Amino acid sequence: MTGAPLPEPAASPTATDAGVRSTQRAPRPRWRETLGLLARNPTAAIAAAVLVLLVLMAVFDETVAPDGPNEISVDDRLQAPSWAHPFGTDDLGRDILSRVVLGAGVSLRVGFLAVAFALVVGALVGLLAGFYGRWVDDVLMRFMDVLFAFPAVLLAIAVLAVRGPGAGNTALAIGIVYVPVFARVTRASVLGVREEVYVRASRSVGASDWRLLTRHVLPNAAPPIIVQTSISLAFAVLAEAALSFLGLGTQPPNPSWGLMLAEGRGFIDIAWWLAFFPGMAIFLTVLCFNLLGDGLRDVLDPRQRTLMAGGGR
Amino acid sequence: MSVVVFALVQLVPGDPIRLALGTRFDQETYDALLARSGLDQPLVQQYLTWAGRAVTGDLGVSFRSGETVTSLIAERLPATLTLALASILVALLIAVPLGTISALRPRSLVDRVATVLSQIGISVPEFWMAIVLILVFAGTLGWLPSGGYVGLTEDPAGWAQRLLLPAVVTGVVSGSVITRFVRSSVLEALGADHVRTAQAKGLPRRQVFTWHVLRNALLPLVTVTGVQLAYLLSGVVVVEIVFSWPGLGQLALQAVQARDYPVLQGAILLFAVTFLVINLVVDLLYTAIDPRIRR
Repeated sequence: MTGAPLPEPAASPTATDAGVRSTQRAPRPRWRETLGLLARNPTAAIAAAVLVLLVLMAVFDETVAPDGPNEISVDDRLQAPSWAHPFGTDDLGRDILSRVVLGAGVSLRVGFLAVAFALVVGALVGLLAGFYGRWVDDVLMRFMDVLFAFPAVLLAIAVLAVRGPGAGNTALAIGIVYVPVFARVTRASVLGVREEVYVRASRSVGASDWRLLTRHVLPNAAPPIIVQTSISLAFAVLAEAALSFLGLGTQPPNPSWGLMLAEGRGFIDIAWWLAFFPGMAIFLTVLCFNLLGDGLRDVLDPRQRTLMAGGGR
Repeated sequence: MSVVVFALVQLVPGDPIRLALGTRFDQETYDALLARSGLDQPLVQQYLTWAGRAVTGDLGVSFRSGETVTSLIAERLPATLTLALASILVALLIAVPLGTISALRPRSLVDRVATVLSQIGISVPEFWMAIVLILVFAGTLGWLPSGGYVGLTEDPAGWAQRLLLPAVVTGVVSGSVITRFVRSSVLEALGADHVRTAQAKGLPRRQVFTWHVLRNALLPLVTVTGVQLAYLLSGVVVVEIVFSWPGLGQLALQAVQARDYPVLQGAILLFAVTFLVINLVVDLLYTAIDPRIRR
């Protein structure tokens, strides 16, 4: 950290770009190679396949689901799993399989939105803090530390109390919780890349900060961030379920896995399937994101294995 | 830190006095309560009053129940402490043996099973596991009560029975996280040069393991256990709700719902302080375990 040279004042990009073009480019992200390696890891490959299926299911939910999510049928109340209703029906006679399918959309949408927010804000903070160092680093990271000191669930609850419940606010609340995690991971990764020869070489021929950051630092600092994204998706889905379970997230009658669990809890003695199947759905989704994260880590970033195991929980 | 706690809580919309009074009240009572609670003062003034008192341990009075926040927190503290310590115990009982065995026989059947189990433990939603366990052990088998809390001194058997399920739920989750750390840190310690030297000297396996491997593997274990303990102490809200466990998480959730600023501020401040204290203790433990850091 000490003695980190401040980058020279940013020159205008137009003046420098021409000069840099002739120098060597940062290696392209080898995503094809990564996918190939990932496919050789059976667990990660299966997890990825299940997740693709889940996303497809969420996109085409209306077509896939046997019944509407809120189709009430009083005659079919609390039916045990059968051929007509593989997951049974709830206290209003709604088909649980259909609600689990439609709940996938809600859970995944909130998860993706939350992680996208945390990724963009957190990576930006970490990038600036790691690249510029000194007071920028101090100010930004101290603020992240404060945010990090709050218990995750309570911070999310507080955000929801400010903004009111609902899917969008849940995504925002979970996103805010994970901003410091992304900031830390990005900063650590940028610190490792910042002083690499190719960065210094590029700087010495007058590349602007913007060009250095986007062309050299970010692509090379990306692997741990990608791994963190997959793991965070797991926890975001889990957090959405927890918040909805507490009645602060997705609101009825929308089907959300956490909410269905909360509703099913009251019937646990007489109809176990109400709470069981949504719980299974949460569990499988989270498991797949975690397994994919592990697989990605093995392929992209073997050194980080110890550092980030189980990160965030 | 205290400014952030205060600002965050003030952002919660809703009029706490209106909520405390219910639907029927007259303007006079309202004004009197407003003046008593100090909510008619400017925000900066409110913050300074609050922070000044907080330093001396006075966290104010709950809008809802009229009790002091300190006594409300003190009331909930034993339940939270009990659950957190029991959970960490369960977690370590799972993680240390499982992680060590996996590391000693990497890629063996035991290792693979342990990896899968810890992966499952990390991914399972706590509240779902809680519901399933209640269904099995309280419902079907009828061995354990489904929730609640009694003091240790009042009814030791009842205390243990009620503690078991929530401690297992949170312990399994924390234990799964810790297992992965134990495995990787033992693996790393096993590969270190000084371990090879010790083996080359012909030291007995057991001695190499306890003195050269385990001691080095202890450092990351202390860190991750500290993080998990901080997380458990801040009240595992959802598990507390499912088991009707009267802990701090439940208190904080109720405070959010009732817009009870003083209680919420007090609870969050306590969590933040707990987090800092645990980090400090972890750092101190580090120097105790690893003489290299003392310099």
